[in-house]
Amino acid sequence: MDTFVQQLINGLTIGAIYALIALGYTMVYGILRLINFAHGDIYMVGAFVGYFVAFQLGYANGPSLVGLGVVLIGSMVVAALVGMAIERFAYRPIRKYSRMTTLISAIGVSLLIENLFVARLGAAPRAFPQLLREQSYSLFGNAAISKSQILIFVVSILLMLLLEWIIFKTKVGTAMRAVSFNLNSAKLMGINTDVIISVTFALGSALAAAGGVLTAQYNPQIDPLMGIITGLKAFVAAVLGGIGNIPGAVLGGLLIGLAETFVVGYGQNAGVPSTFRDAVAFAILILVLLFRPTGLLGSTIQEKV
Amino acid sequence: MPILVKRFIAALVIVLLLIAINQYMSEEGLFGFGAPPYYARVIMLVGINVILAVSLNLITGFTGQFSIGHAGFMAVGAYSSAYLTVYYAGGWERSLTGIVGGNPAHALIFLLAILVGAVTAALAGLLVGIPSLRLRGDYLAIVTLGFAEIIRIVILNIDKVGGATGFTVPGYTNFLWVGAFAVVAIVIVFNIVHSDIGRALVSIREDELAAEAMGINSTRYKVLAFVISSALAGMAGVLFGHYTSFLSTNDFQFIRSFEVIIMIVLGGMGSLTGSVLGAIVITVMPELLRQLPGDFSRYRLVVYSALLILIMLTRPQGLLGTREPGFSWLKRARRQRG
Repeated sequence: MDTFVQQLINGLTIGAIYALIALGYTMVYGILRLINFAHGDIYMVGAFVGYFVAFQLGYANGPSLVGLGVVLIGSMVVAALVGMAIERFAYRPIRKYSRMTTLISAIGVSLLIENLFVARLGAAPRAFPQLLREQSYSLFGNAAISKSQILIFVVSILLMLLLEWIIFKTKVGTAMRAVSFNLNSAKLMGINTDVIISVTFALGSALAAAGGVLTAQYNPQIDPLMGIITGLKAFVAAVLGGIGNIPGAVLGGLLIGLAETFVVGYGQNAGVPSTFRDAVAFAILILVLLFRPTGLLGSTIQEKV
Repeated sequence: MPILVKRFIAALVIVLLLIAINQYMSEEGLFGFGAPPYYARVIMLVGINVILAVSLNLITGFTGQFSIGHAGFMAVGAYSSAYLTVYYAGGWERSLTGIVGGNPAHALIFLLAILVGAVTAALAGLLVGIPSLRLRGDYLAIVTLGFAEIIRIVILNIDKVGGATGFTVPGYTNFLWVGAFAVVAIVIVFNIVHSDIGRALVSIREDELAAEAMGINSTRYKVLAFVISSALAGMAGVLFGHYTSFLSTNDFQFIRSFEVIIMIVLGGMGSLTGSVLGAIVITVMPELLRQLPGDFSRYRLVVYSALLILIMLTRPQGLLGTREPGFSWLKRARRQRG
C-alpha cells in the first residue's frame, strides 16, 4: 500500500507531463480560439521521433546522458516542424471558415497522424530505449522517487521557466500575447500574425514532444495511440486551469495528475476499479464546464451581440 | 397527382423494395438471385449507418450542435435492449407464443427491445443534453466525447452485461427490421425538419441569439433535438447489437462517433439525402478498399482522415450542402397543398 507521499510524487509526475501538453493546447486556443485536437498526437510523435533518433544515432545500447539530451532536443525540433506544418496546411487555409469546419479539420489531422503511424509502424507497443541509468532514491516514509521521475520534474520546470522567459521577456513573446488579446489589432500594430501563429504552434509542439520523450523514459512502452487519452486529459487540464491562461495550464495539469492518482490509489479501497482512471479526468471536465466554465484562473468574457 | 396518392405510391414502393431486398438476402434468394453473405453484411451495415447518420444530422447538421458522443447512445440502446433479450425475452416469448403464435411473439419481443433501447438512449440523451447544451461549440464537442467515454467505461464495468469479455445476445435482426427502421428514422427526421420545430432548429443553428430574440427557447429545442437524436441512435444500437450477436464496448469507442461524423460531413450537414449518401459511401468504401492489391487496406483509416481534411479544405459543405434532391418531388407536392 503506497503512502500519501508516494501518491503525491506519482501524481505530480504525471501532472507535470499533462502540464507540458496542456501548455500547447492553451497557447493555441489563446491565439486562435481553436482546440488543436492533433496536439495529443504530437506528444506521441515526439516519443516516436525520440525512439528513432535514439536507434539511428546509436544511443539505444546503453544509458547515456548525452544521448538523452540529443534525443530530447531532436524530438522537440522535429515536433516543432510537424506542428508548424499542420498549422500551415490544415488550419491556415480554413481560418476564415466557421468554427465547426476547423474543428472537424483538427479531428481529421489527429486521425490522420494516428492512423498513418499505425499503418506504417503497426499498433503494437515498442520499448523505448533506456537512456537513463535507472535508480530509485528513498524518501521519508516508504516513498521512493526514481531517477526518471526526477528527470521529469527537472526538465519540465526548466522548460516552463524557458517558456515564461520567452513569453514575458522577448519581443516574440510580447507579440504572442498581443495576438492572443486581439488578432486584428495586433495586425494593425505591424505584427506578422502568420509568423507568430507558427511560432506558437512550434513552441507548443516542442513542449508536447518533450513530454513524450520524458514519459517514454518513465514508462518505456510507446504505441501510436498513446496520444489520444493523454491528449484528452491534458485538454481537460487546460480547461480546468482556464483555457488561454498559461499558469492555468500548469495548475490544471498538476491537479488532474494528482486527482487521477489519488482517486485510483485510494479508491481501490472504496471499490472504485482502476479502469475508472480515465473517467476521472472526464468527470472533472464535466464538473468544471457545469460550474466554472472559464476555469480556475480564467476570467469571464461577456458575449457581445 | 394528389399528394395522398403520391405518398401511397411511395410507401408501397418502399415496402416492396424492403421485402425484395430481404428476400434477396435470405437463403432462397430473389427469383433465384441470392446475396453472397458478404454483400448481405454490407447492406445491413448500410441500413444501420443510415439511421445513425440521419439522427446525428438532426442535432449536428440542422441544429448546429456539434456532438461527438453518438456512439455512447448507440451503446446505451444496444446494452439495455440486450439485457432484456438475454435475461427476460426467453420466458416472455414462450408465454406469448401460447397466445399469438411463434413468429408474432418473436417480432413483438424484438419490438419491445427496440423500444426499450430507444427510450433508455433518450433518457441518456436527456441526462447528457441538459447540462451540456448550454455550452458553446468546441466545449460541447469535448463534453459529449467525455460523456460517451464515461458511458462506455461504466458499461465496461457492469458484469451482468459481459464486462470486458463481451456479451452474447440472440440474433433478432434481419434486413426487414433494419430497412423498416431506417425508413422510419428518415421519415421522423424529415418530418421534424420540415415542421416549425425544424425551422426553430435551423434558426438556432444560424444565429442562436437572434433566435432567442425572436422568442425561441433555444435550450428547449436543442434538448428536444438531442433526445430524439439519441433515441434513434439507441434504436440503431439495438439493431446493431442483435445483428452482430456479440456486444463488446470496443465497438462503441469514439472512432465510431467519428465515422458517423464523417458520413454527415461528406454528405452535407444540412441534407438528409446527403446523410444517406454519406452513410452508403462510408460503409461501402472500406469494403472496396479491401479489394485493393497489396496492403492498401491498412490505409483505410488514413484515407478516411485525409478525406475529412480534404473535404474541409475544398468543400466544407459536403457533397450536397443543404440540398435535398431525393425529396424534392415530395416537397413540391407539399407546396401545392398549401
